[in-house]
Amino acid sequence: MNLMFIILIPSLVVGLLVALPVFSESQPELKTFLTHSGAVIRTSGDIIDPIYLESTVEFDPMEYLRTFHYGNVSELPDGTALREFTIIAEDDKIMEILPGVFYNVWTFNGTVPGPTIRATEGDTLRITFINNGSKAHTMHFHGIHPSEMDGVFELVGGKNYGGKFVYEFKAGPTGVHPYHCHVMPLEEHITHGLYGVLIVDPPEGRLQADEMVMVLNGFDTDFDTENNFYAANTIPFYYQHHPIQIETGKLIRVYVVNMVEFDPINNFHLHANLYKYYPTGTDLVPSFFTDMITLSQTERGIMEFTYDYPGKYLFHAHKVEFSEKGWVGIFLASNSTEG
Amino acid sequence: MTVSNYSSKWKVAASGVMPLLFLVALMAYIFGPGADLLTSGVEIPEITIEKVDFVDSEIQATVRNTGRVAVDIAVADVNDRIQPAAVEPDRHLERFELATVRIPFEWNVAEPYSIGITLDDGIRFEKVVDAAAPALAPTLDLAIFFTVIGTYVGVIPVMIGLLWLPFIKRISKQKYHFFLALTAGLLFFLAIDSIEESLEVSDENLSGSFNGTLLVATITVLSFLGLYYAGSQLVRRAGSAKFTKPVAIALMISIGIGLHNFGEGLSIGAAVGLGSIAFSTFLIVGFAIHNTTEGIAIAAPMSRGKLMVGKLALMGLIAGTPAIFGALIGGFAYSPFTSVIFLAVGAGAIFQVLFVILKWIHEENNGDLSNIAAVSGFGVGMSVMYMTSVLV
Repeated sequence: MNLMFIILIPSLVVGLLVALPVFSESQPELKTFLTHSGAVIRTSGDIIDPIYLESTVEFDPMEYLRTFHYGNVSELPDGTALREFTIIAEDDKIMEILPGVFYNVWTFNGTVPGPTIRATEGDTLRITFINNGSKAHTMHFHGIHPSEMDGVFELVGGKNYGGKFVYEFKAGPTGVHPYHCHVMPLEEHITHGLYGVLIVDPPEGRLQADEMVMVLNGFDTDFDTENNFYAANTIPFYYQHHPIQIETGKLIRVYVVNMVEFDPINNFHLHANLYKYYPTGTDLVPSFFTDMITLSQTERGIMEFTYDYPGKYLFHAHKVEFSEKGWVGIFLASNSTEG
Repeated sequence: MTVSNYSSKWKVAASGVMPLLFLVALMAYIFGPGADLLTSGVEIPEITIEKVDFVDSEIQATVRNTGRVAVDIAVADVNDRIQPAAVEPDRHLERFELATVRIPFEWNVAEPYSIGITLDDGIRFEKVVDAAAPALAPTLDLAIFFTVIGTYVGVIPVMIGLLWLPFIKRISKQKYHFFLALTAGLLFFLAIDSIEESLEVSDENLSGSFNGTLLVATITVLSFLGLYYAGSQLVRRAGSAKFTKPVAIALMISIGIGLHNFGEGLSIGAAVGLGSIAFSTFLIVGFAIHNTTEGIAIAAPMSRGKLMVGKLALMGLIAGTPAIFGALIGGFAYSPFTSVIFLAVGAGAIFQVLFVILKWIHEENNGDLSNIAAVSGFGVGMSVMYMTSVLV
């Protein structure tokens, strides 16, 4: 009897441990999804696919793309325009930056990137900056302005400083410029999302065009000084899932600003077309006619192009790692409705 | 009299339960009104990718929540490039819950891959596979292959080892004790080997939350105690002509070695399955020589009784065939956790056999273990094992 038990018990235990995983694998109801190479996969479980899943986006990249803030405009005694803005900084917001991934973003006016500020060269910008965050923040504009308006030494908010500062300077030079918080540790303040775009139009204006802003950015969600996700305008893969609608024959003008940290470069490749490129947008004559421009930190410029044929056209970082982590989108060109 | 007895029983019970009640009260307080006192610190989510399988056009990662809080799997990647994937049964993992992440991917044989899983808080976990190899499909050919390997490294060597029985039978008592001690040395080596292997598997594949070293220690001791109790019952019953003490001890030894060989088979099967070793004839020869010594361990105690060929062969099978089952399971349904458990059980089993043999030598020598036969036997046993292990 005992002999039997001695042999039986271990073999029972063996049998159980081996058989257990097999029992817990039965579930019906299959969902399907497409792989990158077009294969159809069936699963009884959950699908995780940042491209085809909707996140509960609190930030709408499509709205951001074509929204320009001109401020409250009034005329100064000397006849030039005064543009007044209020920008509020916060650093406690948790945002779903990709379906299912939540990250603590630091924001100007509640979004990453902050609002696109637009003025004409020579206008006076008066920006009332209120810091509601727990840390000190500033606004540092790239461009030409007096030292005390540079947003570096005059800390705002946090434990030791007042929560308000008024930046006032003349908009210039013509071009596209980033603005960002300039409080140390700088990398931390930038990568959490405290940046935005300032567009300064030339006094003579530019040609009528379908204009858009693209901030190339990334998020280091695991804080290992490498970006986990990349995007044009914050949400990875967004414009791939929601193509940007454009018209054939119409001039497209994209203000591109590279705000990616950690990686020394980023770039912008356009499919089936070439663009005229104006580095920093300071000159009205394009410097390049190309489909590939490489940008370092805060490097930026204006890209102008027109599509002749309707259809879907990809645009993405040709540093393909970035595009495979979200910095990829599609222009959907349809035939012009005018004429 | 009966009344006071009755009431004293109650007192004993109450005094036993009282501390438990206080413990329950403490728990209730901590989870209830006292919860606010203990909210400092941040719970860091953690998952462990325990296994990566490469199947047809798909990479499958077995993921376990090894942290203290529930997590949601958000993103899967291959070589740090995001891929669409499916999580089965679902992407929400409670503590210790398992999920399979299926990533459709045209992978290339023998290339290294890093498989990454990102959680809802944006933290990425990864497992690196040195060389992708197709997961083994349970085909008949492969089953035969594993059976053959198991037979070569388990059954045949043990049977060969048993053939030393007639030799051991004819030698003097002193020499016999040498062989018994030799057996003990062999087994001691095997036990250490099993523990080392299980610690290695647990370090490489299980998360820290399993307390790998303590898991191995606990399982080894439990296995030792269980088998020790069962074994002493067995030896106590021994005494009839059919079932003598030497037979009982030999049976204990073969069960111990069988459990060890099961673990050995598991790791061989898993190694083939994971593509981490190419199974060369050299390796099989190494295992065969190494395991032949296990046959001696069974033969030594049996040599004192009547020659019972049937029983001897049965014990050879008990010791050897688990290698076949181990290889099959390791190859087709490998789980690092199960592997750690079996290796630790094997170690405990061997320790108990070792204990029984040493006790026996001790008794036969009238309470003296320090005689030349025992000491040299033990030393030679370990040395032989070490030298044959270099071959593997």
